[in-house]
Amino acid sequence: MDYATFLQMLDSTLRLATPLMLACIAGLYSERAGIFDIGLEGKMLAAAMCAGAAAALSGSVWWGLLAGIGGSLVFAAIHGVTSITFRGNQLISGVALNFLASGLTVLVAQSMFGQGGRTPPLNGPARFQPIALPFAEEARAIPVIGPFYDEVISGHPLPVYAAFAVVALTWWVLYRTRFGLRLRAVGENPAAVDTAGVSVVGLRYAAVMVTGVLCGLAGAYMATALQAGFGKEMTAGRGYIALAALIFAKWRPVAAMWACLLFGFFQALANRPDVVEAVVQVKVPVPFLTALPYVLTVLVLAGFVGKAIPPRAGGEPYVKER
Amino acid sequence: MDRLPRWADVALVPLVSLILAFAIAALVILAIGQDPWEAITVMVQGSVMNAYGWGYTLYYATSFMFTGLAVCVAFHASMFNIGGEGQALLGGLGVALACLFVPWPHWSLALIGATASAAAFGAVWAAIPAWLQAKRGSHIVITTIMFNYIAASLLQYLLVNTLKPVGQADPASANFPPATHLPALNDIPLLNLVFTKAVPANVTLFIALAMAVLVWVLLWHTRLGYQIRAFGKSEAGARYAGINPTFVIMVVMLISGGLAGMMAINNVMGEAERLLGNSASGAGFIGIAVALMGRNHPLGVVLAALLFGFLFQGGAELGLWTKIPIEMRIVVQGLVILFTGALDVMVRMLLVRIFALFRPRTMEAA
Amino acid sequence: MENGAYAIELKGISKAFGPVQANRDINIAVPRGTIHGIIGENGAGKSTLMSILYGFYRADAGQILINGKPTAIPDSQSAIRAGIGMVFQHFKLVQNFTVLENVILGAEDGPMLNSSLAKARKTLAELSQEYELDVDPDALVEDLSVGHQQRVEILKALYRQADILILDEPTGVLTPAEADHLFRILKGLKAQGKTIILITHKLREIMEATDNVSVMRRGTMVDTVRTAETSPEQLAELMVGRKVLLEVEKAPASPGAVVLSVQDLRVKDEHGVERLKGVSFEIRAGEILGIAGVAGNGQSELMEALGGMIRATGAVTLKGQPLPLSGKGADGQSRRRAGIAHVPEDRHHHGLILDFTAWENMAFGYFNEPEYQKNRLLMDNAAIRADTAKKMETFDVRPPIPGLQAKSFSGGNQQKIVVAREFEQDPDLLLVGQPTRGVDIGAIEFIHKQLIALRDAGKAVLLVSVELDEIMSLSDRIAVMFDGKIMGFRDPDTTDERELGLLMAGITGKGEAA
Repeated sequence: MDYATFLQMLDSTLRLATPLMLACIAGLYSERAGIFDIGLEGKMLAAAMCAGAAAALSGSVWWGLLAGIGGSLVFAAIHGVTSITFRGNQLISGVALNFLASGLTVLVAQSMFGQGGRTPPLNGPARFQPIALPFAEEARAIPVIGPFYDEVISGHPLPVYAAFAVVALTWWVLYRTRFGLRLRAVGENPAAVDTAGVSVVGLRYAAVMVTGVLCGLAGAYMATALQAGFGKEMTAGRGYIALAALIFAKWRPVAAMWACLLFGFFQALANRPDVVEAVVQVKVPVPFLTALPYVLTVLVLAGFVGKAIPPRAGGEPYVKER
Repeated sequence: MDRLPRWADVALVPLVSLILAFAIAALVILAIGQDPWEAITVMVQGSVMNAYGWGYTLYYATSFMFTGLAVCVAFHASMFNIGGEGQALLGGLGVALACLFVPWPHWSLALIGATASAAAFGAVWAAIPAWLQAKRGSHIVITTIMFNYIAASLLQYLLVNTLKPVGQADPASANFPPATHLPALNDIPLLNLVFTKAVPANVTLFIALAMAVLVWVLLWHTRLGYQIRAFGKSEAGARYAGINPTFVIMVVMLISGGLAGMMAINNVMGEAERLLGNSASGAGFIGIAVALMGRNHPLGVVLAALLFGFLFQGGAELGLWTKIPIEMRIVVQGLVILFTGALDVMVRMLLVRIFALFRPRTMEAA
Repeated sequence: MENGAYAIELKGISKAFGPVQANRDINIAVPRGTIHGIIGENGAGKSTLMSILYGFYRADAGQILINGKPTAIPDSQSAIRAGIGMVFQHFKLVQNFTVLENVILGAEDGPMLNSSLAKARKTLAELSQEYELDVDPDALVEDLSVGHQQRVEILKALYRQADILILDEPTGVLTPAEADHLFRILKGLKAQGKTIILITHKLREIMEATDNVSVMRRGTMVDTVRTAETSPEQLAELMVGRKVLLEVEKAPASPGAVVLSVQDLRVKDEHGVERLKGVSFEIRAGEILGIAGVAGNGQSELMEALGGMIRATGAVTLKGQPLPLSGKGADGQSRRRAGIAHVPEDRHHHGLILDFTAWENMAFGYFNEPEYQKNRLLMDNAAIRADTAKKMETFDVRPPIPGLQAKSFSGGNQQKIVVAREFEQDPDLLLVGQPTRGVDIGAIEFIHKQLIALRDAGKAVLLVSVELDEIMSLSDRIAVMFDGKIMGFRDPDTTDERELGLLMAGITGKGEAA
């Protein structure tokens, strides 16, 4: 594999890792607060549809982004009401919301646009455009680093950069702020938070809503940057890969970023079986590459690659007791 | 919180949940500019008003009975088996291997062989997450989700690279030999008086019903079932009573995976008669809804499977005869899972309030 | 309005949970700068009352006055603002946080953590100086001993500038030495003008530490007296509502052959910490060996290892036959087959499946019994029901309905179901843990009589209880456990509570700490 191909692979890794990263960090907020969320997939899908529809109607990607976040927030709110207010089973709620999103997105897109459950193709200002970073052109002349800067670092749409900013911000929030301290506490022992006079319900809703916003961003990116419009089931299991990455990263933000980059790299490889074959000299079946993130996550869960200990109060509705 | 009378808990809570789910579904249909009344008419017409419709409804219901029972058995041991989809896919592989590579003389023998093979493949696929849960403490929900995806990749690989006959374009196995074709309901004497047209529902239906009975006997009349239920209610208690957790988790997941795998004899062997890529088509997930709706009792599972069979067939009819897309049925499934599975506390609170309204009056009367 | 003389005044507090009246018209006044005890049996309504004070429950009726001012306490936040600090029986700490993080949680100075942590570090240093409350601020809570975790809870309350400190059963998990230290801390706090409410069911602590004491019985406040003017006997009578016979009538034991022999029994927990550090003893037929000790000193591990619930090392024989302590044969089923019956310490987590019916619970642990089977495949549910009905009658379980769920019975009747199941197995050895915890007086007497009857029938009995009275009155021999070891054996007729108390604190006859 030559350097140019390598850079291409890294470039596509970044683009593919972005929705994973956003969804993974989204899940981190929920799960750190003690709310399991296997509905990341559904929220992304809902956001993608809303974003695709709004961007198509308004011609502006910003309206698309807003609508995407809005759509995702509605689903997050339902998950919050079910699992926080009514203390329902969080896993089942997540499964239900994934079903709902899968059906509703097609239903709404079909009734709005009549194009077989898709939203109309987007172009121009209705999509996030690549941003050329300063001196990208000029730097090309510098050997090795120059092309890397130009090909890999520069030239991505805004959400790609936002995803990295979100990772950094999340680390800071989690470990350096009052909100982060309380968030981590409520996922470990909600009774401690409650007796300290802080509202468990409030914190958990806040976390679930942050999850909604970030999933919205991830979905909007899918429909308005990675692709040009919403298509049926377009998230294709990314919500679950993000979940896998979250476990792989043991619920830590920076590790989550690396896990998502790794899984994004696998996806990039799966798109280019020719490159894989050229490198390892053996024909690697694409399904093998597709399954790799899941297999790795199972290995981590099994404790063969370090032990993944989830937040202690995860999945348990909080009931006051003496 | 006050308790509800037992009959309300068993019958009224699911019923009210169902009504709420359907009410919201009706609102969704209104919101996309269609007529809910027309929708329900079309659904009922096409699924339960004639034998042909029943032939499809029962076909879907058969699949859901298997996956519903699979979830139900595991639930009793507090294991949330969300991997029915992957186990059913592997079951399909088991069926295909049995049908393609064994020269069966008669369909009845083929049915026995394929059932065993399907159950074994499904069980094996559940065994790995079960072992990881029992021995390594890996959360079974997450591992079974991962195994759904791994199963899909595995099947995709096998269909494209090994099982696909040379020269065939679509990723599917060869057609099964005729000796393995199962009689549909319209092929069975007496029943063919009712089912005059060819329908997909087949003899597998009776296996599903038999499995429901067996599951009932297992759970409430055997030592194993006792241990499963005791373990599911209290892991610490099970340790005290000398119930081996590894044993229970393994056995219950093998049974669960086996049941999910057996679904494949209905769709792969009984209907498609060859193995396709997405053979489970969501039935593994619907099993969750069926088990929840059926309150984890085999009888309830059978009834809920019929309801979902109706939804599935009715949904298909919607796609055919109205402007409402076929995906409406996924929405309804989601709503039913949401209300019966996750919002049951809300429904119960609602009913407790309503019951409380009536209580003072009865006391005055007394 | 002038601040009254009382830190807290409760007027006519009532609280019902459905049909259960947990608190009925409670009146109490706690003078500022005193230690006030609240005593009562399990289920007397003490904890409900404190939960109302801390904003966990809202009272149905009544008024709370803090420093003479009527104060509404709808949530914990309001309680903290009113200057109330609470140390719960089960600590409310985040295990993987540091002490410092736990202390500032909910009492941070601003949205950023750094300044809050710095301030807390300083305050903590001052507080620990002042009150003997030294804890490493950077230690993770999960690494601290129970006694130190309790100090963190007290520090949390003080950091929030609590004037009124409520402690709910604070000594249940402490050694006598740790408890003494706690009382010293409380007296120091009192000297600084803080008001302390001490909830307990232990008479000794009330007599030792409090200025005044209020007695609760069945949801009502029976009386409030000055501690100096009362006696343990009078308090016990107030608690129970009649004269209490703490003595159990029994004939002297006539021990036979050795039934159980335990040699160098050791147990490690999941973190690899040794909880049982080489315990050896024998029990003969027709003898009750009582194990005294503060909870958490290895008694549970001893029972669970003998009951086949956890792995152990060492040598144990039952009637001369070795019992496997790990691997095959080290499980509850094998133990039952070998002739060991086991009344577990915790009936809710171990002894019963609360969602199961009484008859299903009667087969719990005995589902393999031949008389419960119809044939090789099926269980005989009807036979279990009939057997249950019979045992419920013998042990006077009320209501005697085999089809009722275990959770629908009262605590005493739940315990009777467990006891009926285990006592009726005709075992060689009976393991009995906390047989009367949370059980009403009537049931206690019944269970004690049954236990003596079994001894007289020639069974070997190992009795574990944290209630010293129970150990003293039932046992034929007493072993005292401390820190996973047996500190010594005593004859109940020649020893006294003082001597046992010292052993329980790890202090042997020669006065040195072990």
